[in-house]
Amino acid sequence: MGQPEQPESASSVSRRGFLKGVGATALATGALAQSGLAATALAPRTANAEPPAAPPVPLFGPAPVAVKLDINGKVRELRLEPRVTLLDALRNHLDLTGAKKVCDRATCGACTVLMDGKTVYACTVLAVEAQGKKIETVEGLAEAHGGNAPIQKCFVANDAQQCGFCTPGFVMACEGFRRGHAGASREEVLEGLGGNLCRCGTYHGVANAVLDVLDAAKGGK
Amino acid sequence: MVDLAWPDPNDCSILGKRTPRIDGPDKTTGRAKYTYDINRPRMLWAKFATCPYGRAKVATLDTSAAEAMPGVVAVEVIAPVGTECKVHFQEVACVAAESEEVAREAARRIKVTWEVLEPCVSDDDVEMAGNKAKKGKEQLTDGFDAALAGAAVVSETEVGCSILTHCCLESHGSMVEVAEQDGKTAVTAWSSTQAVSGVGGEFASAIGVEGSQVHVICQHMGGGFGSKFGADLWGALAARLAKKTGRPVKVMLERDMEIALAGSRPSAFATMRVGVKDDGEIVAWESAAWGSGGNTGGMGAPGLPYVFGNIPHKKTQTTPIFTNSGNARAWRAPNHPQMCLLTMAALSDAAAELGMDELEFFRKNLGLTARADVYREELAIAAERIGWAKKWIPRGEQKGVVRRGLGLAMHTWGGGPHTSNVQCTLHPDGAVEIRCGTQDLGVGARTAIAVVAAETFGLPLEKITVLIGDNRYPQSDGSGGSTTIGAISTATRDACVKAVNQMLAAVAPELNAPAEQLVAKEGMVRAAGSTAGGLPFADACRRIGAQPIVTMGTTQRGNGMSSSQVGGVQMAEVEVDCETGIIRVVKMVAVQDVGRIIDLLTTESQVRGALIMGVCAALYEERVMDPTTGALLNPDLEFYKLAGIADVGELDVHMMQTDEHLKRGVIGIGEPPAISPMAAISNAVANAIGARVKRCPMTPDRVLAALKA
Repeated sequence: MGQPEQPESASSVSRRGFLKGVGATALATGALAQSGLAATALAPRTANAEPPAAPPVPLFGPAPVAVKLDINGKVRELRLEPRVTLLDALRNHLDLTGAKKVCDRATCGACTVLMDGKTVYACTVLAVEAQGKKIETVEGLAEAHGGNAPIQKCFVANDAQQCGFCTPGFVMACEGFRRGHAGASREEVLEGLGGNLCRCGTYHGVANAVLDVLDAAKGGK
Repeated sequence: MVDLAWPDPNDCSILGKRTPRIDGPDKTTGRAKYTYDINRPRMLWAKFATCPYGRAKVATLDTSAAEAMPGVVAVEVIAPVGTECKVHFQEVACVAAESEEVAREAARRIKVTWEVLEPCVSDDDVEMAGNKAKKGKEQLTDGFDAALAGAAVVSETEVGCSILTHCCLESHGSMVEVAEQDGKTAVTAWSSTQAVSGVGGEFASAIGVEGSQVHVICQHMGGGFGSKFGADLWGALAARLAKKTGRPVKVMLERDMEIALAGSRPSAFATMRVGVKDDGEIVAWESAAWGSGGNTGGMGAPGLPYVFGNIPHKKTQTTPIFTNSGNARAWRAPNHPQMCLLTMAALSDAAAELGMDELEFFRKNLGLTARADVYREELAIAAERIGWAKKWIPRGEQKGVVRRGLGLAMHTWGGGPHTSNVQCTLHPDGAVEIRCGTQDLGVGARTAIAVVAAETFGLPLEKITVLIGDNRYPQSDGSGGSTTIGAISTATRDACVKAVNQMLAAVAPELNAPAEQLVAKEGMVRAAGSTAGGLPFADACRRIGAQPIVTMGTTQRGNGMSSSQVGGVQMAEVEVDCETGIIRVVKMVAVQDVGRIIDLLTTESQVRGALIMGVCAALYEERVMDPTTGALLNPDLEFYKLAGIADVGELDVHMMQTDEHLKRGVIGIGEPPAISPMAAISNAVANAIGARVKRCPMTPDRVLAALKA
């Protein structure tokens, strides 16, 4: 999975750097002048070298800014602090709680959503960065298929869930994988789904669910 | 009339078959709402300031910067000046704020200075632990020394396993709302809990109201594994802050606190000696064990040797160590996996020392267990399924870089039912509602209730509405000890049999048959054995009048409906790369003794999940503490490692379901299959590389160290 492309309106500052800079420095000083001061705060600090000349960086915040997100085919307009992640925007501001918060550090995949068709960890994408992208969540996937998508049905049939807390993220990871890997082998499925963790131990069902959905797609053609 | 007894398996339409869980679609589509997902109008978020050391005293505490932050609504001090914090990440203060981001930042702005004290986190070294290690009394049976001296071979083993955490994916926490209604305080607590019926009192006492004023809700919960019986400080704080602010407050632990504080499984280490005769008969056992479950010590029952408790001559001693790490909580078969590892490793090493096939050695000594016949049968089935006879190579005979190995382990568990009450409402239009104050940890409790009700009423599953996860439903004990399924299934059967029989009595005159001859099957009410006539179920129910039939059922014991005591055998096949030290689990076989199964699909899922948890314990997960500062070094899922989907190998599950097993009634098996995997994998690795890896998880460095030794 490649790095998501930056929307034109967003900065090229790294996500964590941005979080750190705005969260710790900018807010601590209260109001922050838009460009110059913030660019200095975010630039790498080296002892001798001048910071490389960077193109002007558009900045947000720290106060809430208008954010427009395309979620499940609907444009949602919000006012969010720039440090709000896509996951928190979904869960805390839009009540789309299918994507779960577990590790909050891009390890476990419980927050997986699709961004322009690619799987991303929503805990590690800023909401402002997700503007201009098509976001699909587990709720949207169900809605688009009359309440239950083929991969979701295969999860149920294969009992690919126990407590179910990793399940929505796993469903989206499987859906993302399925779209790009028609006819994948079991080995490819296991490799492709390495980015999601389950504590109850539902992997057997998950692998079979993906293989079933791939099989069904083959049969349909 | 329908008998209370479980129906003949051949007559069952759904009981014991593979039934997908009824809340599956809710979970896969994100509709299922967990405590973490509950958002209420005007809700506040709470986050913690915590102790950065393994042991330190609060010298000064200044919350003013946090309180001054826009968006902060309340600050609650938990550890005032002078408090000694005994573990990294222990709570110092809690901030409630308008948003998650502000709450987190405000918590960071709480200024604490510390008097740092010397911690003890050495759970694996009795000498380093010093006076924190409390040496227990030696237990000695008569004739031990003579028996050991007379043994043909005395093997020696040193092995152990690290502290694990429960690592529930939904962290611990609650969302509490306190409202004034008609001059009375009404508390609603959404709580991620294993004890819906029992946890309300903790919320009540936290804010000085009566238990009757607390409404507990837990429709779905993201894993507990033994760690979520109480509301904990976190639930109490949610209640206190909700009362103080007059607004709903959500307290969910962040991952670091979850791993540090919210439950762990004690470590266990031992040096052992096993005395055996020439023919493989075990005559003597000696063990000195140590380990820690945090501030509470650890090393509880069961003792050593595990399963083979009847070894005639024994000398045992245990040393719990009291450490500055998050306390132990019940962890899926408390202490059994650790004792299983220690025992099975020592016995496997004795077999190897003697030059005997491990399977043959265990079989030879089954008389020293409490369930010899059960294990004998299971060993045979497991051996067949893993291909033991064909694949077995004696320990130490392989010389290649990549070596294969087989290992086995055996376990025991109770699984008898706790007490549950179930209410069945049969409406005059034939609708069925079941209410029970139980909870679904992921086992499939909802589905089990629906299956039993559907079978009893002769209805399809979708005609049954199951209402659980609410303390306003009939009382049901907490889910621990594999006690839930036996309780809720028998209580549901009891309630539903009473309801269906009342309905049959009401409809009997119209069907011109005595009620005794009527049954409800395949959506019809008719005479038993006949396939024609009768009334559709809904039509029959109209004869009960305008009022629904409401019945209560309770846990059934001692009448063949439920039972306890199971044994299980597991075998592992592994591949070890002796250059890198990397172990790959090729295949696991689990043969599990069980009573009557309600839903075969979710039961098999439980066992597979248990195997995977065992793979995690054997190869990946452990809590790592810094001995100098007492800091937890891996408070995140990047370094607290769990197995991924490609790491678990082939999982072959066989449930024992002969007539004899079915006759025992329902027995819970959430825990037993989680006991053996770590031991079986450890034995398989020893078989492959010719040496015992001294500690689980068997990380590559530990494998290479064992190879060098």
